[in-house]
Amino acid sequence: MPPPRALTEFVAEANEVLETLAHDVAVLDAQRGHDPEPDLLNAVFRAAHSLKGLSAMFGQEKIAGLAHHLEDVLDALRLGKVQHDDTLIDTLLEGVDVLTLMLREASGDEAHPDTAPRAQALTEAFARLATGGSGAAVDVLDEVGLDPGIRNVFTEYEEHRLRENVKKGVALWKVRAVFSLEDFDQRLSALNATLKPLGEVISTLPSSQPGDDASIAFDLIFGSSRPRPEIATAVEGVAIVSPLTQKTMAPTPVPAAAPAPRKPPPTLFLQDASAPDLPAYGGSASPSGVMQGAEPSLRSLAQTVRVDIGRLDGLMNTIGELLTVRANIQRLSEVARNAGGAPLPKLWAQELQKETRALERKLDDLQNGVLDVRMVPLVQVFDKLARLMRRLVRQSGKDVHFEVSGGDVELDKLIVEELSDPLMHLLRNALDHGVEAPDQRVARGKDARGVIRLKAQQLGNQVQIEVGDDGAGMDEMRIRQVAIERGVVTREATDEMERRELLNLVFLPGFSTRADVSELSGRGVGLDVVKTNLSRLSGLIDIESRRGEGTRFLLTLPLTLAIIRALVVSVGERTFAVPLNSVTEIVSVKPAELRTIERREVLDVRGQTLPFVRLSRVFGLQELPVERHFVVIIGLAQERFGLAVDALLGQEDIVTKPLGGRLKGVRGIAGATELGDRRAVLVLDVGALVEDLKRPMAAVS
Amino acid sequence: MDGCKVLIVEDSRATRELLAAAIEVLEGVEVYTAVSGFEALKVLPRHRFALIITDINMPDINGLELINFVKKNPHYRQTPLFIVTTEGREQDRDRGLQLGADEYLVKPFQSELLTALARRYLKR
Repeated sequence: MPPPRALTEFVAEANEVLETLAHDVAVLDAQRGHDPEPDLLNAVFRAAHSLKGLSAMFGQEKIAGLAHHLEDVLDALRLGKVQHDDTLIDTLLEGVDVLTLMLREASGDEAHPDTAPRAQALTEAFARLATGGSGAAVDVLDEVGLDPGIRNVFTEYEEHRLRENVKKGVALWKVRAVFSLEDFDQRLSALNATLKPLGEVISTLPSSQPGDDASIAFDLIFGSSRPRPEIATAVEGVAIVSPLTQKTMAPTPVPAAAPAPRKPPPTLFLQDASAPDLPAYGGSASPSGVMQGAEPSLRSLAQTVRVDIGRLDGLMNTIGELLTVRANIQRLSEVARNAGGAPLPKLWAQELQKETRALERKLDDLQNGVLDVRMVPLVQVFDKLARLMRRLVRQSGKDVHFEVSGGDVELDKLIVEELSDPLMHLLRNALDHGVEAPDQRVARGKDARGVIRLKAQQLGNQVQIEVGDDGAGMDEMRIRQVAIERGVVTREATDEMERRELLNLVFLPGFSTRADVSELSGRGVGLDVVKTNLSRLSGLIDIESRRGEGTRFLLTLPLTLAIIRALVVSVGERTFAVPLNSVTEIVSVKPAELRTIERREVLDVRGQTLPFVRLSRVFGLQELPVERHFVVIIGLAQERFGLAVDALLGQEDIVTKPLGGRLKGVRGIAGATELGDRRAVLVLDVGALVEDLKRPMAAVS
Repeated sequence: MDGCKVLIVEDSRATRELLAAAIEVLEGVEVYTAVSGFEALKVLPRHRFALIITDINMPDINGLELINFVKKNPHYRQTPLFIVTTEGREQDRDRGLQLGADEYLVKPFQSELLTALARRYLKR
């Protein structure tokens, strides 16, 4: 039925529905132990229902079929026929995962051999769940004398909510309000907000008895045990309250809800995980730099942020060029003004400048607007990670509380997508190697339940993401030994290393191999890959670890990679651009003010001693004797250093383009950009410079 | 059928486009879409629709409530109305038709079927 183009639309929408579903199931999980909110239950059900209808319309029968079974379970859940326990949540999560896989396949991915058996097992699990409960006996709605005309328009769920209210002895009311057609939706939501603290709004019925052409009447079916005058006062002037039923029932005693038993993880869901004696991410230190593991990538399927990102990229490029044009006009106006008395009338120059300013303002707006569209909250990735962690924790046999915060922090969509795999890797590490087994923890005087944290916060132009645990911490002597054994570093080189430098050895390629997984009490499996992935995003990773108290991995990332403001500097004949988000200040020092500590030059800035790096030496350029050094103080994560340059040329907005050919992969260079005067210059990779500074001199062969 | 206006009420974006495409096959027909019952209530008085096509399970008010409203309202009572839904059970169909819906289509269906049915009603 659908034209091929429509398939993309389908995949995008189905993916959105699945993400909503996954999020709602996570919320549902968090509400375990007390009655879940009717609104939430309804939302979860609706998501499954939408997916079913949508897939059916697009000829995706397998997805529609599975979604149908899922819908049945959720329908039974909202009708109170299914118990809200671990088995249920696990099955629902598995459902989300399998449906995501199936959607991937529908969008053209290769079929995974596990998908079909998992879908089959799920269908059976769903069927068991959906038929597990007991049906309703006598219909209490008949007993209270509800107008059948009204009942006809209710969905089964709305009827169920009515019944639940009636069973509890809650009276049902009809709240009638007449609103203008213009703004009835806002007025209704205000009325809903007024009523909600007093009871439950079960349904909103547009009334068939219109006042006039410009207004519309609504009957809100409202369950509340508050006295009528109280409800009437609350909605006074807005709505009129009248009883819906002829009588109220005495509440039926509700059996005290037995706490849902915690069951061992159903074996059904173990099939995709690795064998018990091999941690699930074994083999992740792949030389290709591609992360592997038993789990499929958590990257999102949808290539849209409501707007196609390819188009946005095109737009961003256009803006980049516009910025160049702006710089041109600026320069021309500069020249014209300085021509002083030459053929150009002064008025012309002023006009030109005025235009330039207007153009600048407009471009700023445009740039900010487009950047905003690219920004997405981290919660999209955090939700998926939480789901994964939940399963991994249960399989690990450890008792771990997973804390997530800062999901509302926003980052460029492309960065967010690229983050999911490195974060997944770090979280697995924390679970496998960080948090100790419960008995060990108790023996060490800790709470048997460990904590793993995933936390994000925005710090100026950067975002910091922390993956932390309260486990054993890292053993630097052990790391040193392994690093020496592996030939990653020489024994002599490690002699002078501080603890922090030793910890950072885990990021060196070759440090970890698959065999480490079970024997090494520290960490390090494939961390070099995590680091490589992060540096591709201009990000940095750092470790803080205390023996016996735990470990924190700190990831520092820029908000966006699209357009950045840069400081243009020169050394000799060469010009470079330094991303301004990493520049904290600029100072000038006389050569005599420099000192040397441990064979490295340093400078003092207001009492703080910072490493002093000459940009000319980094790239082997000719050094000219100077009276004063201009020093750009770079700050990234907690690292700071001074970068000496010959001259400061100004600030510009730049779009960094990747380098190709022989220049590709040159350390310290992030790419190239074109400046306002059409000169192509190199953009410094500040992250790499910081890395080199931290890297122990002798560590790299 | 020139100038006939058709209202499609459906919360799924992709499905809405699919339904609209099936109707737009008919020459001269103008398609209006609403993503929810509320939006439908707002659009209804602004145009004289020759046909309404609605989903049942939607946020804010459900399709049955919308049908009840349309079929009891003297202004819209005569407008033909199709239900397009995944609920294929006998009782759902009965309920929809009882409230006054003219046709009941269970998803998935061939878009040609929708086109043909719409043509028949719009010609009247």
